[in-house]
Amino acid sequence: MPDAPGLELIAQELNGSFEGSVLSTYYEHDQAALVVDPDQVLDTLRWLHDTPGQEYRFLASLHAADYLPGEPRFGVHYELLCMPRVERLRVKAALPDPGGDELPEIDSCVELFPTADAHEREVYDFFGIVFRGHPDLRRILMPEDYVGWPLRRDFPMGGEPVLYTHNEVETPRWWE
Amino acid sequence: MAEGCTGLEVRREKLRELAPLDEPAAPQDFRARQLRARDLLRGDLDGPELERHVEESVLATTMNRALSWGRANSMFPATFGLACCAIEMMSIVTPRYDIARFGAENMRASPRQADLLILSGRVSIKMAPVVRRIYDQMLEPKWAIAMGACSSSGGMFANYAVVQGADKFMPVDVHVPGCPPRPEALISGFIKLQRMIVGNPDPGWRRRYNAIGTEEWARGPIEPTEDERGAYSAARELARAAEAESRGGDGA
Repeated sequence: MPDAPGLELIAQELNGSFEGSVLSTYYEHDQAALVVDPDQVLDTLRWLHDTPGQEYRFLASLHAADYLPGEPRFGVHYELLCMPRVERLRVKAALPDPGGDELPEIDSCVELFPTADAHEREVYDFFGIVFRGHPDLRRILMPEDYVGWPLRRDFPMGGEPVLYTHNEVETPRWWE
Repeated sequence: MAEGCTGLEVRREKLRELAPLDEPAAPQDFRARQLRARDLLRGDLDGPELERHVEESVLATTMNRALSWGRANSMFPATFGLACCAIEMMSIVTPRYDIARFGAENMRASPRQADLLILSGRVSIKMAPVVRRIYDQMLEPKWAIAMGACSSSGGMFANYAVVQGADKFMPVDVHVPGCPPRPEALISGFIKLQRMIVGNPDPGWRRRYNAIGTEEWARGPIEPTEDERGAYSAARELARAAEAESRGGDGA
């Protein structure tokens, strides 16, 4: 776990290599996080993966969140782990909603972390975030012909009212 | 006697009440029965004496009843678990609950050999076509039990991914409530299904789901019996009366 000064050092080095790649950092509950520019997320991850002294070679998780009505709306989160030092680092990329039928896009990191293949398909399946350069981007858990992105906050919850004896009076003559 | 039935139907008035089981038969009864059996063999028995002897010693039934009795007491459930209810379903074959007492311990691994599908858990919309296919692969006659709240109504999974009640896409004969139901509850549901099979060889789901004409054997259209018509209209009248009463009560 890089401590707060260590996190700032990483952010400085990244901003030196890639201008404007780290937008902010924060350090809470002993967890370090970098907020990065979504257009440079692949460069950032590659630097963290390859640079001697960093070597975050393990992607523990890749997930997304919908912050509606917050802006930017979507967040793609990468949980990195450095196995030799057992240090964890969180990388966040905030994606605005393009609106309409267009889907937000971000670079795929499958070439760095093969495990991201399934993770990115899951994020695409539930949030409709397109990963550019993914080898096989299609739904992974929902049926292939499913319409919509069910974990977005504006997606209807689903389900239907169940008829019990106590609410039977609300739907009289349900048997007809 | 049903049309097309090959069995033999014997209808006879009961001549006397049989002695209760806990009451030992009187010695003279036993002697009288011995004498009657001897007379029967000699051909001397006729009239009410003959009737009485047959009543006491011959099991008379119709072919349909015998068939459905056999079906109900030798069920072959499909080995098919959907979710956590499957754990409870598995335990009904253990010695502790022992559904072998009711003749359904033989879980078949192939739907072709099974005649009971226990929907043990939530059915997601991705699983629904698979479940329907397994049900379609089972041979007639076949039955289905929706076990637990999820497969009956969606249960706690009131969301985008789960079918809100398995009877949206397949016929279900018995719904067992619970989350999950205890094995005893499932056995109780199974006994209800057995009674349904014995009492009425046609489970009635074709009528409920408007699926008349999908039978695998040729037979005429199924019309509701007079009793059923009477029961439906009586239930409706009762409900209407209750509704009218509650409205009147609100107005006052």
